[in-house]
Order: sequence, then structure tokens, then C-alpha cells
Amino acid sequence: MKFLDEYRDGEAARPFVEAIHRVVTRPWSLMEVCGGQTHSIVRFGIDELLPKDITLIHGPGCPVCVTPVELIDKALAIAAKPGVIFCSFGDMLRVPGSERDLLHVKSEGADVRIVYSPLDALTVAEENPEREVVFFAVGFETTAPSNAMVVSQAHKRGLKNFSILVSHVLVPPAMEAIMSSPRSKVNGFLAAGHVCAVMGTEEYIPLAAKYKVPIVVTAFEPLDLLQGILMCVTQLEEGRYEVENQYERLVRAEGNRPAQAMIREIFQVVRRTWRDIGPIANSGLGLRPEYAEFDAEKRFGVENVGGPESTECQSGLVLQGLLKPQECPAFGTRCTPEKPLGATMVSSEGACAAYYRYRRVMV
Amino acid sequence: MPDPSFDLSCPLPLRHDTIQMAHGGGGRIMRELLEQLMLPAFGNAALDARHDAAVLTLGGARVAFTTDTFVVQPRFFPGGDIGELAVYGTVNDLAMGGATPQFLSCAFILEEGYSLDELRRIVASMRAAADRCGVAIVTGDTKVVDKGHGDGLFINTAGIGLVSDGVDVAPRRVVPGDVVIVSGDLGRHGVAVMSVRDGLAFESPVQSDCAPVHGLVAALFAGGVDVHCLRDPTRGGLASVLNEIAADAKVAIEAVERDIPVDEGVAAACEILGLDPFYVACEGRMVAFVPADHAEKALALLRALPEGQGAAIIGQVKPGPAGAVMLRTRMGTQRLLDLLSGEQLPRIC
Repeated sequence: MKFLDEYRDGEAARPFVEAIHRVVTRPWSLMEVCGGQTHSIVRFGIDELLPKDITLIHGPGCPVCVTPVELIDKALAIAAKPGVIFCSFGDMLRVPGSERDLLHVKSEGADVRIVYSPLDALTVAEENPEREVVFFAVGFETTAPSNAMVVSQAHKRGLKNFSILVSHVLVPPAMEAIMSSPRSKVNGFLAAGHVCAVMGTEEYIPLAAKYKVPIVVTAFEPLDLLQGILMCVTQLEEGRYEVENQYERLVRAEGNRPAQAMIREIFQVVRRTWRDIGPIANSGLGLRPEYAEFDAEKRFGVENVGGPESTECQSGLVLQGLLKPQECPAFGTRCTPEKPLGATMVSSEGACAAYYRYRRVMV
Repeated sequence: MPDPSFDLSCPLPLRHDTIQMAHGGGGRIMRELLEQLMLPAFGNAALDARHDAAVLTLGGARVAFTTDTFVVQPRFFPGGDIGELAVYGTVNDLAMGGATPQFLSCAFILEEGYSLDELRRIVASMRAAADRCGVAIVTGDTKVVDKGHGDGLFINTAGIGLVSDGVDVAPRRVVPGDVVIVSGDLGRHGVAVMSVRDGLAFESPVQSDCAPVHGLVAALFAGGVDVHCLRDPTRGGLASVLNEIAADAKVAIEAVERDIPVDEGVAAACEILGLDPFYVACEGRMVAFVPADHAEKALALLRALPEGQGAAIIGQVKPGPAGAVMLRTRMGTQRLLDLLSGEQLPRIC
């Protein structure tokens, strides 16, 4: 099938694998900051194909995983209110808050609905004018334009029964937080392809220069990942630290300007707490004051709702690439997809879930 | 307040105190519910064999007995409806036990206010399906519940059929060296149902594969194939079947990704929705475990029939690690093809 099979063809991958083996002369650690890439690496066994000298570290690239416990608790509180229709992407439904998840609340009678697009939630709001409809707006920059669009539309249509619970996070501040940690082992980055399709590649140039790390914008399929890794490792071997674009078929240096304008119109940069990592300044998006009426936190008065993070879960270390999932003492025993301690085990793109699902018997 | 006479001895305690959707998903959580509640409570040898149909000895004859309840929404979907499903589902489970399906029961739970016209269509559909399979619906029941208490219509069917001498189809017969065959491409039914639910419209509509497979089974027996085990990949798809058999037979299974047939339209729909076709339900397919030296013959017999045209060898049974299902990917690497915990959820981004 076009654009799928070609990028997953083992034969076509061979020249890239051989080139990587030829180019590498010493150990390097690369980090990807995208749940889709993490999942693809583990699902297709990309790391199995690489020379032993290359270590792939899985960064905090899954927005479901980094949504803090207190925000899940707020979602639960809102969803449980009578008359509320709570709309969300499927992945968020199983993420544990302090004690429970949205599926529990749903089984107790709350009206929790899976939607595939925020515009579906808008339609629900229009079709149910006497109910309060809330959309769980989670994601990196990738989903921010459509979430901004939905608020813009709600505003234009004068909808009074629609709001969003916002938990947007930004990638470059996360990469900066990782690089500025003295424990960081990262030599180079694979940057998230779809985030860059929206935001462009320019904001990564200062990061590459400041920390002297090559950053290669990479897509998701096995061939893309291998090409991105080859480009990154080549830079490292040659002593360069530039921003390069492997995902040229979709990503432009300036990104998608109308999408960026949409984001700026509705959102502003705020401080966000990252689950199991902690607060990072200027690392998230929140609604601008002029759109405060669409802020579900304010509308439902749940600003002070929310519990502390789990002490046993070591997601934070996993997310920063300081611990491999299988090295966590709870992995596969007290922490499994059925009873996860943290979001990296629950989200289908979380590192712990990927290792549990695809590698459990082999590690 | 939990019943003090319950003795849950499983090391993993049930994490929920109410029923979740995952308990019906065909994955690990459902399996846990069966293993921790129903199986210990009802415990007997026939049930513990854990096959799609129980094979019982009744007055000297071997009888397969099975039941299934149908709650699919929407009730009419591309390629089939709940009535056909109610007949084929039970016919197929009997066939998976090695039996020739003969008689079905049918019980309706109807909600007050449900359309009689729809009921007529469904009943007609069931009659046509039964005729196609050569089975008779010989007994039944009808109940009506108040409006708001029944979601329209639920159908239960149970079925019986005779198992011929010399036929012994069960997970315990699966041994290292056996070959794994699927009767056709995967994932059609699940995608067809999802495509009409929630108004997702694909330009190339995917049709459900809803169909009886007992003809395929009969062909294998008539052709002298020593069939070790059969199972139909419904809820939970191919991966769930392989995991169940690997666990029950205490073997490992290695499947080869490029050999597993998936239609382009189904693959595309799954990519968009974030589903893995290996976990998506089929309602007209079967997975057969046969000895290696019978594999080519079995394949030829299946492909000779219209409903088995797409049959393919997809893997092999290995000695261990027991219970593991491995996939050799298109990239040449290896990964687990694990049991899902509950319902497949669509991706976030």
C-alpha cells in the first residue's frame, strides 16, 4: 500500500543499516521525543538492527504520559458532574489519576465519550444545548492548532455550553530541561516529525548550538527512523551539531504558518507540570484571558482539585531516559498495563507499555 | 460488600469492583475474570478444556455444545447483520469443536418500543442463515424489558452438533512443529462495524466477513487432514487466538508478519484509526493448527472453496517460551504479539 509498505520494507532498509554500521566508530546515545517514534522503534525492533555502540533513549514524547496526576483528577471531577458530557481521545481514558481513571467514572454512569477529533466534541455541544460539553485538550504542538480552531469556532458560533480542559505541552523546553540536567547522557536528538510539521525547525537551532547536539527532524516509519539515525550519527562522527530535516516530504523550515497563527490567537505560553518530572517554565499552552470562558478548569471551579504524584512510579526517570522500563523494580510485576502505576505503562505510546507489549518475554 | 465465600486465589487481585468495558473485550482482563470467577465457580473438566465448544459424551455419542450472545451495534452493518451473526457465530463455534452443527436455540431479549419491522428483518436473516448452514432453530425464548432497560435487542444462541469418531480437536493437541493456517484475510468485521459506528465513512467501504466456516472444517476432515486445533478469531482477533492457544497448550507460536493476509482497505482503515489488524475481530475466518506434513494439503483443500480462497500459512508452533507468541516483523526483527489488556483504544496523535 502506498506510503506504508515501502517505508516498512526490510530489504529497502538494508542499505541504511549497513551505512550506520560503517559510519559508527564509538558509542553514541540518541534520544527521540515522540511517542509515535518510541512505539515504532520498539514495534519494528529498530534498535535490534543497530550496532551495539548506538543506544536509543526514549524521551518524554508521549503527551498522555506527561499529563500530570492533578489534571487527570480534574478531568475525573468534571466528568462526574451531572449533565456533563466529557469528550476525549481514547488514550486518556485509562490514565490513572490519584486513584481512578475516566473508564471507572464512565462505568459509574458518567457520560464519557471517545472522539476522533475536537470538532466532534463541538458537534456534540451543538446537538446537546442543555448539557455542558467538555473536551480534554491534551497534546504537544501537533494537536494545538485543531484545539485552537475548536475554541475559535465555539467563540464565533456563540456556544455557551462548550469548554476545554487544557494540558498542552511544548517539545523544545522539554529537550532543554533534559539537556540541562547533569545526569543527561544524550548526544543527539531525533526531533518529532509532526510537531515540526506544525512549528517548523527554526526553534531548534539555538538548542543545537547551545548544547552542541545534532537534532534531526525525523518521521515515524522504520526507514525514516533509520535514515534519521544515520544522519544524526554521521553528524556526531563528523563533530557537527546542526538541525537537519529527514522528514522533508512533510516538514518545512518555517512550518505551517496558518496553524501557528491559530495557536497564537487562542493560546499563550504558560508554565506546565510534567508528570513525574515536575514543573518546567514556559513549557505549555493555556487559553488566553480573552478566551477564559472556554476554560473548563475555571468554568467548573476545579483549579484546586488534584492529588500528588505516585512515589513508587519511576516514570519520570524513564521519561528523561535515565532508566530503562525493564530496570524499574515494578516493571511487569506491580506495574502492568492492567494495573499501571504511571502513564508510561498505560499509554499505548508510553515507553513502559511498548517494552511490556513487544519485549516482555525477551528482556 | 464482597461475598466472604469467594476465595480468589489468583496472585493478581481483581483490580475493579465493578464491571468495566474491558471485561468484555476478549483480552487479558476478560480472561482474568473468567479464570478468577466463572471457571472456579463452575469448575468441571469440560469447561476447563477452555475450547470454543464443550465436547461432551451423551449416551455414547460425542456432542459439542456452545452458546454465544450478540450485542453488536449497529445491528445492520456492511456485509451482515446481528441475525446472521447470531447464527454463524454459534455454527462456527461448534465447527471449532470439530462438530457438524445441527440444532440451534435462540433467545431474544427485546426492549419495549423496539421496531417490529427491524425484528422481522433480523428474524428473516436468521432463517436464511440457518438454511445456508443446514441447521434448524428448534427452541427459543422471548423476553421483553421496560423501555430504557435493554438497548433494543440482545440475541443469545446456543447450539449442538455431533463430533464424529476419530475427530479430536482441542488446544492440548497442539505440539511443537505444528503449522498455523488462517482461512482468509483478517480484520474485516471489526473495521466494517467501526466504520458505521460514530459516522466514520470510508471512501472504499469495508464489508464484514460475516460467514459460516463449518464447510471449511468439513473439507479438512473429508480430505484426511489430522486437525489438531481450530479457533475462530472473533473478539480480540488473531493475536488473542494465538495467545490463548499458546497458553492453553503450553507452547510458543512464531508468526511471520509478511505472510499474514490483510486487505489493503482494512490495513488503511486500521492505520487511520490507530488499530492493529491482528487484534481486530473477524466473523467468517478460522485459524487451524495442523501437523507440518499435512499443511500443504490443508491449504489446498481450503483454497478450493470460495470462503477459503485467501487461506495462508502464517506461522509455526515452537517448544518455548511457553505461552509466548512472537512475530517476525517485515524488518526481519522479532517482537511479542501480546494479549491486549482490554479494549483497543484509538491513538491520541
